Amino acid sequence: MKLFDVAHSRAGDKGNTLMLSLIPYKEADYEMLLSKATAERVKAHLQEIVQGEVIRFELPNISSLLFVCYNALSGGVTTSLAVDTHGKSLSFALLEMEI
Amino acid sequence: MKRKDFLRIGCGAGFSGDRIEPAVILAEIGELDYLVLECLAERTIALAQKRKLLDATKGYDPLLEKRITTLLPHLVKNNTRFITNMGAANPIAAAQKIIEIAKEQNIKIKVAAVTGDDVLATIQQQAASTKETENGKLLSEYNIVSANAYIGADTIIEALQTNAQIIITGRVADPSLFLSAMIYEFEWNTNDFDLMGKGTVIGHLLECAGQVTGGYFADGVHKKVDDLDKLGHPFADVFADGSAIISKVEGTGGVVNLQTTKEQLLYEVMNPHEYFTPDVIADFTTVHLKEIEKNKVQVSGGSGKQKPHTYKVSIGYKAFYLGEGEISYAGFATYERAQLAADILQKRLQDKFKDIRIDFIGMQSLHKTTFDHNPVPYEIRLRIAAKASTAEEAAMIGEEVEALYTNGPAGGGGARKYVNEVIGIVSTLIDRNSIFPQVNIFES
Repeated sequence: MKLFDVAHSRAGDKGNTLMLSLIPYKEADYEMLLSKATAERVKAHLQEIVQGEVIRFELPNISSLLFVCYNALSGGVTTSLAVDTHGKSLSFALLEMEI
Repeated sequence: MKRKDFLRIGCGAGFSGDRIEPAVILAEIGELDYLVLECLAERTIALAQKRKLLDATKGYDPLLEKRITTLLPHLVKNNTRFITNMGAANPIAAAQKIIEIAKEQNIKIKVAAVTGDDVLATIQQQAASTKETENGKLLSEYNIVSANAYIGADTIIEALQTNAQIIITGRVADPSLFLSAMIYEFEWNTNDFDLMGKGTVIGHLLECAGQVTGGYFADGVHKKVDDLDKLGHPFADVFADGSAIISKVEGTGGVVNLQTTKEQLLYEVMNPHEYFTPDVIADFTTVHLKEIEKNKVQVSGGSGKQKPHTYKVSIGYKAFYLGEGEISYAGFATYERAQLAADILQKRLQDKFKDIRIDFIGMQSLHKTTFDHNPVPYEIRLRIAAKASTAEEAAMIGEEVEALYTNGPAGGGGARKYVNEVIGIVSTLIDRNSIFPQVNIFES
């Protein structure tokens, strides 16, 4: 099973930092995501993209997780040579993760 | 004075190039007390500064005239106040332009322009001793074109006290555009940081407009959204206790539900326990969301602590010229031909450019990998990008790609070339006391 089967995500950016939310379709799956979608596993899954640290924030009130990924946007939104300078497409890279 | 039990604030634009029609629908039939248009991304103001240097009467949002011309009659008819950062690098010129449009429409209006966010002179003075936050380099190492502080709700509140119907600003923290209306109407104490936090949460949910009503959301499979071609932009019914209901105008496209509001609440948040604005350090982890009806989500909770002692300053600098070229291959040996083209470009350009990036669009340009998917598609668009110090140099990139038509692999089609000057952004912090925002009044 991949994350996109059970959860959705939105990518955001600030400078060279990428933020990825991870939100289960069913709130009951939050506990499962807590144990399966660890910061370590996300960092390993996104190894080609994220050069820095991955920090996971837990938001139990809204059954959601937030991954803040440092050094992840090829030097930063405004000066990157990438096609997708903002990393707007990267939520779907996270959702490719096998759980 | 509380005028009613709730305050309705709509958001009709989430960036400078946003659609105009959703704002018009909000102004016309949204029964709004306030309409806010948020039109400044990180780099927008630096680009506006460049336009201002060329022409002192410009430097505001390029769509301002079009937007005001269509919105103004509705705003006046419905007695809706209007707050926007479309002033960009030149709020005064923007206010004068609005007055000019009002006169053409025979409309009596009072416009307040908020200035003081432009701290270019101060930053230039301190450049030799001030470092930027991202890489820790001295600001004097950059060819600076703009420096704008993210100011907060306080000066917008001053502008609201003048009874101006239109408030036009330059750089203001996005949620402050909304929070200011709440503070003014509900007479909130700006040292009640829980209320400041709650209002900031509501502003944050609204500030990207269509992103909370189904934009940047639909996937056509798990997340189906109706009528994205007619996407409605959001409004919030805000209550004096700092709770709100996020919704949109009936009959517009899109959806407001738990999924869209959760995604937007966490959008671009570096730390949900401490979301910094000039008004408060807000805590998003205490927020509760509840779908109370179709297209109605109740927001409650949210909290905050103190006001930061500094303002964030966004600094635009001349970074480089970006040269780009693209060409496509399809069918037999697609990948081999694209690779051949990439090798040719690499060999011909590597001695002249130190920073070159080559992408195989369709394979790895977005995620750098295809994970466990078959990597080779039927067609590939090859793209090369490089940094150059002049526009002429940057043009070589696209020229080399175009030359592949007759000098490169078989069947290369659709070559395109681009040259763009790139303005980079770094930031720094500035003491609150070194900034003096002002309210300037204009009347038609």
